[in-house]
Amino acid sequence: MLARLLLGVLMMAGAAASFAADLPTLPKAKGEACIEASATMRRDHPDMLRHQRDDTLRQGIRGAKASLKECVACHAAETTEGRAIPVNDPGQFCQSCHAYAAVKPDCFECHATTPKPVKEASR
Amino acid sequence: MNALSRRQVILTSGAILMVAPAQARSPGQPASARQRWGLLIDTAKCAPDCNVCVESCKAEMGLSGHDRPLTDAQYLRKINVKDPATGASHSLPVMCQHCAKPACVDVCPTGASFKRADGIVLVDRHICIGCRYCMMACPYKARSFAHEEQTDQQPHLPRGKGTVEGCTLCVHRVDQGLEPACVESCKAKAKGAMLFGDLNDPESDIAKRVAREATTRIRADLGLEPGVRYQGI
Ligand code: HEC
Ligand code: HEC
Ligand code: HEC
Repeated sequence: MLARLLLGVLMMAGAAASFAADLPTLPKAKGEACIEASATMRRDHPDMLRHQRDDTLRQGIRGAKASLKECVACHAAETTEGRAIPVNDPGQFCQSCHAYAAVKPDCFECHATTPKPVKEASR
Repeated sequence: MNALSRRQVILTSGAILMVAPAQARSPGQPASARQRWGLLIDTAKCAPDCNVCVESCKAEMGLSGHDRPLTDAQYLRKINVKDPATGASHSLPVMCQHCAKPACVDVCPTGASFKRADGIVLVDRHICIGCRYCMMACPYKARSFAHEEQTDQQPHLPRGKGTVEGCTLCVHRVDQGLEPACVESCKAKAKGAMLFGDLNDPESDIAKRVAREATTRIRADLGLEPGVRYQGI
């Protein structure tokens, strides 16, 4: 809840110069649009992911929209040499926002943080 | 907002154009009990020194070890057995046997071990607490525990420290209408000892063969009704 409030403040006062913490930087995503409007994504992505996780894993429903694999596919930035940067690296899409909002999802202890494993992608 | 994005249009048209293999569900459909996935393994075609299936499993699942055979994750292993009375020896791959009455599911305190509607036995690692009761309950020694932090996971197979894991029958491939990686590699690089298919579909190769030929399940006496059957042992 507190995190949501903080985020709200961030959205409204994004321009305020006297912020204590660094504002999140959101590297540009691939694709034309997210799976929902950005405002919906900001608010509801944890719930969307949680639903998707159970539908996919326990029932075997594939190809639905809120797939964590697909978030990573679009939101992992690339270096100038075209190597994928992990989405949970400092300053990257998922991490910078979460650091700002002080949430620490453990998803990337298991889930791949780049569309392809770093090793394979750099081969 | 309701207008289809280009991505959605491409995705949907792709789904229609793709010639779906007879076995695949349409995307978005849940797994159903109409299917019962199984394996039939012919040990006569399985050479003791062949490790093709094991290597392809490791590559597919992104399993990297620490050279500690006792604790490194293995979803599939080769077992060499010998009948002391006759001297006859056999080699066989052993993986999760995807039991109809899985002991791992019975003992799991959180519901993380579960059987999907189509008979595939999985660990829901989101709710696995790493207690390892399932590993003790499994008579086939099919499950492993991730002891170390993991990096370089395959996008289709998340895995991480502190949870139990095991053969998923390559559920990510099966859901796309493909065969498990071990079956495919055995066919391509070895003697094709493994047959994958739907035991509930009387028209499938596997169902026809188990109906016609003698097959066994390992430790059938335990009554767990594995979905993996063997010939020649
Ligand atoms: C302990 C390991 C582990 C952790 C931690 C974990 N997952 Fe998963 N997750 C898995 C496994 C294993 C699968 C099954 C993959 C498959 O069959 O495609 C999965 C599948 C999923 C899926 C469906 C597949 C996809 O990519 O869409 C979603 C969504 C998901 N997880 C979300 C999450 C979220 C959100 C978190 C963090 C809050 C999380 N997971 C943390 C192991 C984990
Ligand atoms: C098809 C590629 C694609 C996929 C898949 C995708 N996104 Fe996005 N996402 C985007 C794009 C592009 C934007 C930027 C939209 C904009 O700026 O108007 C975006 C915006 C967002 C935002 C808002 C960022 C902001 O400006 O505050 C969040 C949060 C977000 N995505 C999270 C997710 C999550 C979580 C998933 C997985 C469930 C996901 N996205 C899947 C492409 C994607
Ligand atoms: C616009 C900022 C923003 C971006 C970008 C963002 N998140 Fe979040 N995320 C949040 C906030 C804020 C929360 C906390 C929400 C709450 O507690 O109600 C959160 C919570 C979560 C949670 C639930 C954590 C928990 O402990 O319950 C998951 C899972 C998650 N985010 C996944 C992602 C993933 C994956 C991405 C990258 C694709 C991402 N988020 C990108 C702001 C963001």
